[in-house]
Amino acid sequence: MIRDALLIAGKDLRLELRSRVALNQVLPFALLVLVLFAFALDPDKSVLTEATPGLYWIAVLFSALLALQRSFAIEATDGNRDALRLSGLDPAGIFLGKVLAVSVQLIVLEALLGVGVVVLYTSRIDGWVLLAVTSVIATASIAAAGTLYGVLAAGLRVRETLLPLLLLPVLAPVLIGSTRAFEAALNGSPSEGWPWVGLMSIFASLYVVAGIFGFGPLLEES
Amino acid sequence: MEQSSAALPSGPVVHLRGAVALLGRFPALAGVDLDIDARRIVLLRGANGAGKTTLLRTLAGLVPVAGGDAVVLGVDLVADPRPVRHRVGLLGHATGLYDELTVGDNVRFWGRAAGADPADVEQALIRLGLDGRLRSVAVGRLSAGQRRRTSLACLIARRPELWLLDEPHAGLDQEGRDLVDALVREAVSAGATVVLSSHELDRSLQLADSVITIAGGAVRPEPIIVPDPADGGAP
Repeated sequence: MIRDALLIAGKDLRLELRSRVALNQVLPFALLVLVLFAFALDPDKSVLTEATPGLYWIAVLFSALLALQRSFAIEATDGNRDALRLSGLDPAGIFLGKVLAVSVQLIVLEALLGVGVVVLYTSRIDGWVLLAVTSVIATASIAAAGTLYGVLAAGLRVRETLLPLLLLPVLAPVLIGSTRAFEAALNGSPSEGWPWVGLMSIFASLYVVAGIFGFGPLLEES
Repeated sequence: MEQSSAALPSGPVVHLRGAVALLGRFPALAGVDLDIDARRIVLLRGANGAGKTTLLRTLAGLVPVAGGDAVVLGVDLVADPRPVRHRVGLLGHATGLYDELTVGDNVRFWGRAAGADPADVEQALIRLGLDGRLRSVAVGRLSAGQRRRTSLACLIARRPELWLLDEPHAGLDQEGRDLVDALVREAVSAGATVVLSSHELDRSLQLADSVITIAGGAVRPEPIIVPDPADGGAP
């Protein structure tokens, strides 16, 4: 399973390196969202600073939708999904590989968005450990749930519009948890943030387990 | 190139009795009876929409069998078709390739996915004439024939026990078609079984050692009539 996961993750990341969809489309989109928030809230700088964690994670969520749709679009062309089913790869390995590849792309995106937040919102960064752990756990949560719902929507004609409708409500706990954890880190009270990290860890674990067992049957139906 | 010898069945490689496969509610296979022994080359012929592609996909374990008996390579497809999938090689209308990856990347990825040795992958690239400049060209920039060659390289790198070829000559030049025929013969010599559908009857009849016709989702065997080149190749 681990070998298959690494094979899929390597393939998806190589595809991204060659196509540069995340770099050329997802990153500019995410930065644009941050800029638009800055324009909308700039007259009241205190509101912008206060809302920074929430705005940051909303930008990440929107970008994650694009990355997840791309992750399944590459399997939707020219019989690739059938080829995957014939390959003998463990479906759980395919799931974990896709989660890993999306997570790596999102972590890079989050780091670059973090720079954008500092520049645009003139935010001061504190609580590095809590910020880093929150980012990793929230990213794993988004990637795991998104990959599971992505394969569910993959076989449907309306997948582009269905995935956000399915996924965004499901990810509400991650949005709330990551925002609260970031607020705690930036306000200099990290102890208030760790319970939210614990909550997101449970969320991520549930979706990883659900994906390991549920991805295969969903791939058959897609 | 030897085929994988894992659990070669002692009976027929393909055994279908009254097999029914549905596409939605439409019975694309309506009670198929078919037996294919090991090391045979079977030509599947029929009009467009007769069910050739569905039969090949069913044998690959991709289309569920809704009724009857279906055993391929000793695997009961009615119970669970998944164990047979990594033992068959399906060359369909779609190539199953990633456009942004190079020829080498694609063959290496699908070979590794099937557990092939790096040497088998390299051999497949060489055999299909993809070991030179083409190896590092993105698949999206290839011609249809070159894409077909890349798909074939992916297939032979997997060393399948049962080859399922849907119009394998389509899009290939004369040299490529000859190469497909040579690969099929080599595979059978090495122990594989081949089922192919083709509208190029003159070429395919020379290659096959038995013919079945599919019409309306059912098959019937036919005596093989090898075309006489003196008659212009007409069967």
